[in-house]
Amino acid sequence: MTGDAYGAIDAIWRIESARLIAGLARMVRDVGLAEDLAQDALVAALEQWPRSGVPDNPGAWLMATARRRAIDRIRRDVRLERKYAEIGREREAEEATTPDLTAEMADEVGDDLLSLVFTTCHPVLSTEARVALTLRLVGGLTTPEIARAFLVPEATVAQRIVRAKRTLTAARVPFEVPSGGELDERLGSVLEVVYLVFNEGYSATSGDDWMRPALCDDALRLGRILAELAPGEPEVHGLVALMEIQASRTAARVDRAGQPILLLDQDRSRWNRILITRGLAALRRAEELGGPLGPYGLQGAIAACHGRARTPEETDWERIAALYDALAQLVPSPVVELNRAVAVAMAFGPQEGLDLVDGLADEPTLAAYHLLPAVRGDLLSKLDRRPEARAEFERAASMTHNAREQEVLLARAAECA
Amino acid sequence: MRFMILVKANADSEAGKVPAKEAINEMGKYNSQLMKAGVLLAGEGIHPSSKGARVKLSATGAAPTVTDGPFAETKELISGFWILQVKSRDEAIEWAKRIPNPTDDDFEVEVRQVFDAEDFGEEFSPEAREAEARMRASLERK
Repeated sequence: MTGDAYGAIDAIWRIESARLIAGLARMVRDVGLAEDLAQDALVAALEQWPRSGVPDNPGAWLMATARRRAIDRIRRDVRLERKYAEIGREREAEEATTPDLTAEMADEVGDDLLSLVFTTCHPVLSTEARVALTLRLVGGLTTPEIARAFLVPEATVAQRIVRAKRTLTAARVPFEVPSGGELDERLGSVLEVVYLVFNEGYSATSGDDWMRPALCDDALRLGRILAELAPGEPEVHGLVALMEIQASRTAARVDRAGQPILLLDQDRSRWNRILITRGLAALRRAEELGGPLGPYGLQGAIAACHGRARTPEETDWERIAALYDALAQLVPSPVVELNRAVAVAMAFGPQEGLDLVDGLADEPTLAAYHLLPAVRGDLLSKLDRRPEARAEFERAASMTHNAREQEVLLARAAECA
Repeated sequence: MRFMILVKANADSEAGKVPAKEAINEMGKYNSQLMKAGVLLAGEGIHPSSKGARVKLSATGAAPTVTDGPFAETKELISGFWILQVKSRDEAIEWAKRIPNPTDDDFEVEVRQVFDAEDFGEEFSPEAREAEARMRASLERK
């Protein structure tokens, strides 16, 4: 084998690590320990595979190696003696019934992975910790990759992950898929983490680039995995629909100079048809599960209205306004109201929209939200109230931390001079 | 990054033979693995070239010529494809290694990277800029 072995091992790790960690976590009931064991197995692979070649079933090799190490480690660890006895019994029982490790993995893997996702997104963790741990354990990203994606020092991410694992152990968070009434709330936390990762990639809140597409891809991958793990959950498909359709616009959202291009100005021939088709299919899956759409499903449906329109003029703004109305009733939020105002302005005229926006002027949660003055500026400029529009664009520019967005807003202010 | 895995045609696929039930099952399992890993963007099987055609566009502006299939050079034809969204070329190759061989013979696939917007480089910019300008103008007229 050549130096390429390391590239191949990297790729295998990317493919296998989540399932590996999930399977081990079921054994040892501790995701931190499970990851250590998986890492040990990876180190063993890095030592052996370049010499011996990659085994036929690398996933099963890693699992067998990690399991052996789990047993060794637990044997050494007196405090975990009881656990070892349990695992020993389980293992004997498993070996008696299912000698084929691969088959066993395939059967259990779905539940294990889902348990892993629910654990890394557990509410006992801070949002930042959930994001870092999920990307690392479920997404298969390395700590440096996560650090680069979020523009924070590696040490910070490493710290977050270490603390998160400790918190999970200390809180004795069970490694399981929650059931009953707890499921909805916990699923909400999972979807929130995935969408947060997506949004950080789609409209970066910091740094000079408006988008970090790799992060969008990571979120999409997590979403697509979830859709297969929990196919009966409409909101999972709703979120996937939303992300697929938003991601379809990636190539059209930025010009060569890195300047953002707003939705209605985008060259729709550059929208990715595969992703739109996938998004519409995901939305159909959400709808076919019955019942009214949830918040992600509604947002997916709104994105779909844009995705279906071949030209901006074809956009069904009345439907979008109605969907925002439904969304506002489900999750009342000034940001949703602001978006509804934009849709209303497009459907029924800028003055109608402006009336709604003006109703939000004193909303404390929007006090630092640059899109409020940006939208207001846009509607004022459409009503030809240029000096007022200019002041709003300038105010919006002073409120955003994204350099690219700032430039666009200042350019619009200049147009109103 | 996205990769296309191109499946080469063979005598059976060109003859329009449906693969054995077992091969179809194995392929179904593989596709399900791709889906569960969140990497599958698209994938299709392609009918034999006898159901297709070639359309040749001339350099001189003469009318295009259409040639009906089948085409002889089986090994240059394709019989299916997957498009995968992965982190690296290595990952795409790793997935390709796991394809269950649906034939009794050696079976070859080709792993090729799909262009992303940024891969077009500067070549794309004048056209894109012009399209944007047109779009903006048409919006302003509204």
